[in-house]
Amino acid sequence: MNGMHDLGGMDGFGAVDRIPGEAVFQHEWERRAFALTLAMGARAQWNLDMSRYAREQMSPSHYLLSSYYEHWLHGLEHLMIERGLVSAAEISAREAELCSSLPHDAA
Amino acid sequence: MSKHHHDAPLPDPVLRVKALESLLIEKGLVDPAALDLLIDTYENQVGPKNGAKVVARAWTDPGYRTRLLKDATAAIAEMGFEGRQGEDMVVVENTERVHNLVVCTLCSCYPWPVLGLPPVWYKAAPYRARAVREPRKVLAEFGVELDDEVEVRVWDSTAELRYLVLPRRPDGTEQLSDQELADLVTRDSMIGAGVVSGPKDTVT
Repeated sequence: MNGMHDLGGMDGFGAVDRIPGEAVFQHEWERRAFALTLAMGARAQWNLDMSRYAREQMSPSHYLLSSYYEHWLHGLEHLMIERGLVSAAEISAREAELCSSLPHDAA
Repeated sequence: MSKHHHDAPLPDPVLRVKALESLLIEKGLVDPAALDLLIDTYENQVGPKNGAKVVARAWTDPGYRTRLLKDATAAIAEMGFEGRQGEDMVVVENTERVHNLVVCTLCSCYPWPVLGLPPVWYKAAPYRARAVREPRKVLAEFGVELDDEVEVRVWDSTAELRYLVLPRRPDGTEQLSDQELADLVTRDSMIGAGVVSGPKDTVT
């Protein structure tokens, strides 16, 4: 199946942007997204190909504008929702809850 | 998340991860201690130092080199490196005539047990798009200038098969120990995006 992920040979992306002395993770949320994906993957409800397929379900514009671990996060949410392990409504509600609690935390 | 329009901006990933993690912990689907262990393993324990040991041994032990090129997965496991995302390994050897470069055009497939997690550039669009179309140009940008006679082979990794480049051993390193040799081996040289410099070479 082709799609936005099928980047081989495509023109127009410019130079390869390297970060000298790059850290393994750039942000704390990337660590968490990585670990959640591996931990859930180890429960063997899906395999690597299914994870990749889930990441490839992102809309092309989101795919190109988002960073690597956002692809993973999308894939994980997609697989979990698909299997009823968590619902989209639960995620949205928890996001809203966390959002409203932030000002209190950030004193 | 399903309420979002197809192309509307998604919430900040910081918020999305926090929400998902708290729900999964609450449901007992993940164990917070296991998450911390996974992060520590791939942030601090597994990395290109593993691959460098494999390369140094291949340079000094001809029998090992033969085994490595014949059955990389088994030869790498001999050194104690195996597991996730390294289940099926192939080692490709750079020579005077052939330079190998590894990419994953579709995603980010990379040999975790020997190199750790891939750098950002390996996973980003420019490298994935260009490595297969203009590898010499990409290599030049990485500081690898190849003679026209050198054949460039680009290997597109898959979820099933992962590649490690066995770089050329630099001249003047006959007296070095395996550990000293391993210290010279860079991550990029094992992707094919670099070459190994001798101990006296200055880094440009």
